[in-house]
Amino acid sequence: MTRYKSPAMRRYVVRMAVLMTIYLTTLLAAVYAFRHDLVSGLAAYPLAILPALPIIGVFWAVMRLLVEEPDEFIRMLMVRQSLVATGFCLTITTIWEFLQNFDLVKDGNGGFGAAFFWFVGLGVGALFNWWTLRATGSDCA
Amino acid sequence: MNNRLKVLRAERNWSQSDLAERLAVSRQSVNAIETGKYDPSLPLAFRIAELFALPIEDIFTSPTKG
Repeated sequence: MTRYKSPAMRRYVVRMAVLMTIYLTTLLAAVYAFRHDLVSGLAAYPLAILPALPIIGVFWAVMRLLVEEPDEFIRMLMVRQSLVATGFCLTITTIWEFLQNFDLVKDGNGGFGAAFFWFVGLGVGALFNWWTLRATGSDCA
Repeated sequence: MNNRLKVLRAERNWSQSDLAERLAVSRQSVNAIETGKYDPSLPLAFRIAELFALPIEDIFTSPTKG
């Protein structure tokens, strides 16, 4: 059986590898700098934001894949997956926000932000595609 | 949407992968179209029709007539 892998998917894999490398590097650098009190004041803000940039890059990479993928069925699967992920993420963060509003859970999110739940939602979206269409796009994704 | 893709493919002794390669799409796409889980866009429907040298309506059944 031929495994379908478009040039768009290959570009996506390369982009993800680069972004994840940058993420790990910036995260380790930021954690080290904050733990050792190497930064303070205004300089702390850009350093704290630095690891967020490759995560934002991941969102960009996913959206570029949706634009660049030439196979319309695979593209539809990925759009459905992204929509499920967005719905899942918004649902979890909204529920969490209301639990906090009524002081039923502690403030903060323990490091599990919206991006984390969106990525988990991509997994849920893949399951949704499998349940409804018996297809995940895994030949490609 | 009902279609004769599987029959037309079988007449030519093509596997789903063979057809997918000829249409430059994934095998999953061919499978989804054959089983009626996915309706192809008009450009892809035309590509399929041109590959089999048939009018679109000889391959796909109109939902209003189906």
